[in-house]
Amino acid sequence: MKINVSHVAKLANLPLTDEEKKKFENQLSSVLKYVEKLRKVDTSKVEETSQVTGLENVLREDQAAPSLSQGDALKNAKSKHNGLFNVPAILDE
Amino acid sequence: MKLNELTITQAREGLQQKKFSSVELTKACLDRIKQVDGKINAFVTVTEEEALEHAKHADKLLNNITIEQYNNYPLLGIPIGLKDMYMTKGIRTTAASKVLENYIPQYDATVVTKLKNAGAIIIGKTNCDAWAHGSSGENSDFGPTKNPWNIEYVPGGSSSGSAAAIAADMCIASTGTDTGGSIRLPANFCNVVGLKPTYGRVSRYGIIAMASSLDSIGHFTKTVEDCALILNITAGNDSCDATTPKKNKPDYTESLKKSVNGLKIGIPKEYFEIGLDKEIKEKTLKAAQILESLGAKTVEASLPHTEYALACYYIIVPSEISSNLARYDGIRYGMERTNFGDEAKRRIMLGTYTLSAGYYDAYYKKAMQIRTLLKQDFDRAFEKVDVIISPVSPTPPWKLGEKVNDPLKMYLSDIYTITINLVGIPGLCVPIGFTKNELPLGMQILGPHFSEETLFQIGNAFEEVTKNEGWRKKKPVL
Repeated sequence: MKINVSHVAKLANLPLTDEEKKKFENQLSSVLKYVEKLRKVDTSKVEETSQVTGLENVLREDQAAPSLSQGDALKNAKSKHNGLFNVPAILDE
Repeated sequence: MKLNELTITQAREGLQQKKFSSVELTKACLDRIKQVDGKINAFVTVTEEEALEHAKHADKLLNNITIEQYNNYPLLGIPIGLKDMYMTKGIRTTAASKVLENYIPQYDATVVTKLKNAGAIIIGKTNCDAWAHGSSGENSDFGPTKNPWNIEYVPGGSSSGSAAAIAADMCIASTGTDTGGSIRLPANFCNVVGLKPTYGRVSRYGIIAMASSLDSIGHFTKTVEDCALILNITAGNDSCDATTPKKNKPDYTESLKKSVNGLKIGIPKEYFEIGLDKEIKEKTLKAAQILESLGAKTVEASLPHTEYALACYYIIVPSEISSNLARYDGIRYGMERTNFGDEAKRRIMLGTYTLSAGYYDAYYKKAMQIRTLLKQDFDRAFEKVDVIISPVSPTPPWKLGEKVNDPLKMYLSDIYTITINLVGIPGLCVPIGFTKNELPLGMQILGPHFSEETLFQIGNAFEEVTKNEGWRKKKPVL
């Protein structure tokens, strides 16, 4: 199984060096080869399990409760402007 | 006995009888950290000033309350370490990653609030594999933790620092997270007690997420009794974590003294086949025999889908990791994504791939179906037995550096622990002795969902019956 490391890195928004790409290509391919063994198991009639203790549709009252203040929420941001997060532009001007 | 070597129960007794103060107890732990942590590297952050301040406050409270009031503070004045995955208001929380090197949380995790309300003194934040990704502690961006029993060996991961801190008596108890063995493996390698509770038994709110459908929040202690005592504090429903059921929580210390007579213990044959170290096999079966001598019955159990568990795990976990780590964009908190270490990058890449268009059904969906089969294996086994006993790791601790360049080999060391997370059941790791090379060994006791009481009952019985054996009295030489 060959993995297109550059494409996946782009999807993951993960900048990788050429050296890293080469290293991960080999390492990830060996993991993907290992997990191939699951194909041997017939799961055509098996339901998926995502919640192991069987809880379903856990809801709460739609009531407002205290939360972080704007100042607290911004505390760890490196770049802010007028009480807001400053983010890089995603569209060209 | 030095104060830092006490158990919770012993420390409580001493504090209550005014044999020593919380300040003295806390200082004993801080001194021990100063003395040995240069060698071990169990702590990322030591909160000396805050700890002493809180200890003074605890002493004041101790002098002014009745015994009834004291019982409302089961950890009053007791110094504990928190894995650096637990958010602590105003105290740097790094997940042992450069990405969060300067991150200071604005709120406490639910469990941290509960421990504080119980009177615990937070002495510091413990080292771990970055983002809890790893089996050895070597993936920490702040340097590996060393095994106190032999500093050339790994302490097990990912909760490496929390386990090592207890083994080396740097605090009285500590916390961990277990997504695939991250509490049980280091407990096993460090000769301490470690609990992975049932999925959802303890709130995950405010604990940095790894794989959300598997993350379990547990702890390390010196005895099974202490372990039960902490679960009494941490367990329960939390409106901030929808996976915590509104289920009654028993007093976990009540089952400790119950006899194990008549309990049925399953020995899963698939866990004792090829690949298991001979010494570990012998010692684990010997432990089961000891329990038989107390009236328990051992029977063979079968978990036929075991061989597919690791592959299933290494699809589900990276998938959920890639999603959980997507939030670290360096804008609201933390540094840019280039600061992720190799293992986090590998897992983000793998998970992004297995969730990407065209591959979801073949990987993630398939793994979720295999998960059902694994769960059915355990459901069937527990129709016949009360608990299952198994090894924790197929090998004893390995040397630092031995597996760092071979991720797959590293992943294989989790073979006996990961299935338990996929199935969501609880697992208690208790020490059972040492190898010929003087390295610690443990076993894990596994039960159905929400059966922690039975695990404590068996763990405590084993601890009691072996308490006079020579290995029980050993201390690491540092």
